[in-house]
Amino acid sequence: MSQPTLVIGNINWFRYASPQTFYPLAGAMIPWFAWAAAVLCVAGLYVGFFVAPTDQQQGEAYRIIFIHVPAAWMSMFIYVVMAFWAGVGLTFNTRLSHMMATALAPTGALFTFVALWTGALWGKPTWGTWWVWDARLTSELILLFLYFGFTALQAAIDEPRRADRAGAVLALVGVVNIPIIYYSVKWWNTLHQGASVSLTSAPTMAATMLAGMLLMALAAWMYSIAAALHRVRSIILERERGTDWVAQDLEVRP
Amino acid sequence: MSWASASDFFVMGGYALYVWGSYAVTAGLIALEVIMLILRRRNALKGAGGPAAGVRP
Repeated sequence: MSQPTLVIGNINWFRYASPQTFYPLAGAMIPWFAWAAAVLCVAGLYVGFFVAPTDQQQGEAYRIIFIHVPAAWMSMFIYVVMAFWAGVGLTFNTRLSHMMATALAPTGALFTFVALWTGALWGKPTWGTWWVWDARLTSELILLFLYFGFTALQAAIDEPRRADRAGAVLALVGVVNIPIIYYSVKWWNTLHQGASVSLTSAPTMAATMLAGMLLMALAAWMYSIAAALHRVRSIILERERGTDWVAQDLEVRP
Repeated sequence: MSWASASDFFVMGGYALYVWGSYAVTAGLIALEVIMLILRRRNALKGAGGPAAGVRP
């Protein structure tokens, strides 16, 4: 099979689709994203707990928002990115794209669980119940099962290339759930409030509350990138072991 | 700032269970993921000299 090429600005971008090229690049990027995540998280928590005022209606219970909303955003966004890489992998048959999709799933599942957990702990004092089977909560729970299903399906198939393709098809089919989650609060009657932040209207919260939430969202982004890059490096090592470049790399940096 | 004292902060206006329950579980899960990432890398490095995953010896 001949090497695919995608030359833009004198750089062949498919070069970075090779695990061998990507492995050291990812390793160099991880500390930057990890430190950015830590700094943004500290800043976000400071703003969230010491600058943002008490909410008039919900008292201090609203401070769950600083994890709940970023986690819920991340849970959906990671799934879209995962499905994107799965689609790229199916289209171009690039191994690294599939590895990237695989690497994103556990972090996506983590944020989905966090969104559900913090939602339950927020729902009890404000709605009077931990859980309702409404559209928003149910579709977010389905998202968690999609992440689990993706990981379980890939783990169940011995041959890596077949596992890649089967997982990719599941990821792509499941992406239909994302707009359902996002628009569920508009399409159905629900206890869950509508979006507090949107591109088309002014946010319905105090500026300092919004600032804390956005800082935490950025921290979640940086953390997710660092975690996924770290995991994909392990996956590359697991899948490429026995190759010359892995052996050489381990000799240089044991 | 909304807090008169440190204990005021921890009481969280009566919502300590919900707010700290959210933050503690999130922090715990992230710590768990970081540990699992480190363990997976350690295992991957250990096995890196052997045959590739999915290739039967």
